[in-house]
Amino acid sequence: MRVVLAEDQFLMRAGLTRLLEAHGFTVVEVVDNGPGTLRALTTIKPDVAVVDVRLPPSFTDEGLRAALEARRRVPGLPVLVLSQYVEQLYARELLADQSGGVGYLLKDRVFNEEQFVEAVRRVAAGGTALDPEVVGKLLGGRGGDSPVSRLSEKELGVLELMAEGRSNSAIAQRLYISEKAVGKYTTSIFAKLGLHPSDDDNRRVRAVLAFLNSPS
Amino acid sequence: MADIRDEAAGRVREVGLAAALTGGAIAGLVLLAVCVAAAVSTVAAGLGLLLIPLVAVAVRELAGRYRGVAGRRLGTPVPAPYLPRPSFTAKPGPWPLRQAALTRWIVTDRATWRDVAWLPLGFLLGVPLAAAAPLLVLYGLVGVFLPITYPLIDQQVGTGTHYLFIPVTSTAMSLVAVPIGAGVAGLGLWIAPALLDRHARLTRALLGPTREQLERRLERVTETRSEAVDTSAADLRRIERDLHDGVQVRLLSLGMNLTAIQRLMREDPGAAEALLLETKENSGKALNELRDLVRGIHPPVLADRGLADAVRAFAMDLPLRTEVDIELPGRAPAPVESAVYFAISESLTNVLKHARAKRADVRLRYERGVLRAEVTDDGVGGAEPADGSGLRGVERRLGAFDGVVAISSPPGGPTIVVMEVPCALS
Repeated sequence: MRVVLAEDQFLMRAGLTRLLEAHGFTVVEVVDNGPGTLRALTTIKPDVAVVDVRLPPSFTDEGLRAALEARRRVPGLPVLVLSQYVEQLYARELLADQSGGVGYLLKDRVFNEEQFVEAVRRVAAGGTALDPEVVGKLLGGRGGDSPVSRLSEKELGVLELMAEGRSNSAIAQRLYISEKAVGKYTTSIFAKLGLHPSDDDNRRVRAVLAFLNSPS
Repeated sequence: MADIRDEAAGRVREVGLAAALTGGAIAGLVLLAVCVAAAVSTVAAGLGLLLIPLVAVAVRELAGRYRGVAGRRLGTPVPAPYLPRPSFTAKPGPWPLRQAALTRWIVTDRATWRDVAWLPLGFLLGVPLAAAAPLLVLYGLVGVFLPITYPLIDQQVGTGTHYLFIPVTSTAMSLVAVPIGAGVAGLGLWIAPALLDRHARLTRALLGPTREQLERRLERVTETRSEAVDTSAADLRRIERDLHDGVQVRLLSLGMNLTAIQRLMREDPGAAEALLLETKENSGKALNELRDLVRGIHPPVLADRGLADAVRAFAMDLPLRTEVDIELPGRAPAPVESAVYFAISESLTNVLKHARAKRADVRLRYERGVLRAEVTDDGVGGAEPADGSGLRGVERRLGAFDGVVAISSPPGGPTIVVMEVPCALS
């Protein structure tokens, strides 16, 4: 799988390249600035891109903006954005076009190699990978009158993993329950939130986010 | 040639301005009459409650224009010495209460009474300065056109007329008025700038900040400067302590653990792995601590996107329904953005901690050189800037930029915090 890596810090760049290549990815291009990222993404059109939010020359959210622009020009281009911090605002911007194939993770997540690589694969396959920290804020940042507060603890756990972009089997594995049980919780979550169920991972996240974005 | 023409056109404009100032002074006199009526009718029928705000708005508008003209003339703006306006837009209460609060705000402002005093004084002293040039020009024109108008006057009156001190009894004599009239008009044009300068200085003296106000302002600048210095010194100490006791210790323990792991690898691989797991967790904790620290110094979204998105991002993370309404035509200077961001986040944190509110509203606008932020909540009210260290902190932050904070928080709510910082946007 062809990967474009956009990262300006040498240590991080070396580490990510090593990690990705160890898991069978081919890093076809490494860029270290915003304009370069946009160019590489739109000309190479890799199977997946891993992009740091903060890049030169402005050292602001240049990487994120390059990723958004690249996805505007090449719809559905899979991009996983990495950051030292995660913001709901940025997560919502990435998910706004609702075409899937996006991820937004804290840089710390590379500590858990398997999970990180799984997230890259999921994004490449058109799914989503949201940082648990963002998901926690998305679900927790609501007043007491929100429908989310009607969910049971188990259901909330399932919803969080669902919002991160995980499949039923992955959720089952994480929560040590059967896939069938996950299906049951999913149905009751959708019922409580007034959403129509769907089998598609990506559409599930979209539904969750659409609900979260609606004024309560 | 073009220079002379420009110069002449400039003079004519100045005379026009002087004429406008005269007109304004007359309008001011009318307003004064209404003021008196308003004051009387307050006692009489409570009608003044309605009239006072209307009159005050008109007087302030007029005074504002005069300040503007004077400021441009003098090259330095004449600041308006009003108290900040309380907010009634965010949560409209019952109409009479709002009206009463509005009246109270206007009546208790000393600047209002200076405005009222300015109306007659400005008329008595200002009109001679403002009207002289236009009147001279007008009278000069009468002389210049006398040969044309004389036959008409002669027909009407039949006994001739006077121009200045010259008796004009025939069309031939009326020609003498032409050069004199030109001279008079010229005099009007010539003295207009000097008179306008005087007028501007008079306006500044009557409408600008008084010496007492300037002294108070100097005192305040000195005070806020030392507070700003103290605050930043305290911030630096806090950051130093956080780094020293937090992150530094964690990194040190990481190093020690790695040394131990290196030794355990050969002797006890199982123990080495357990320690490795713990070390990994510790490095994650160190990262989290650093992140929190950075957020406290300068939030990343603020650096990336500026004030508007930083406030939006902050509001999104609050476990409270928070509506954000921001319209800014540009970006404020970075230090102001930072101060206003922390002031708003502090206010919202206060809402969360004390107000028992169901929702909060944040409004950010830029009008007439002032960045204005309002944080409103529907909580229990009773916020007191004197005992809330948070609100005091907001005042301190904004004070360094000449900003002000006004809080309205009656018991039972709602609480409205209004913050204003004068600044230029880019």
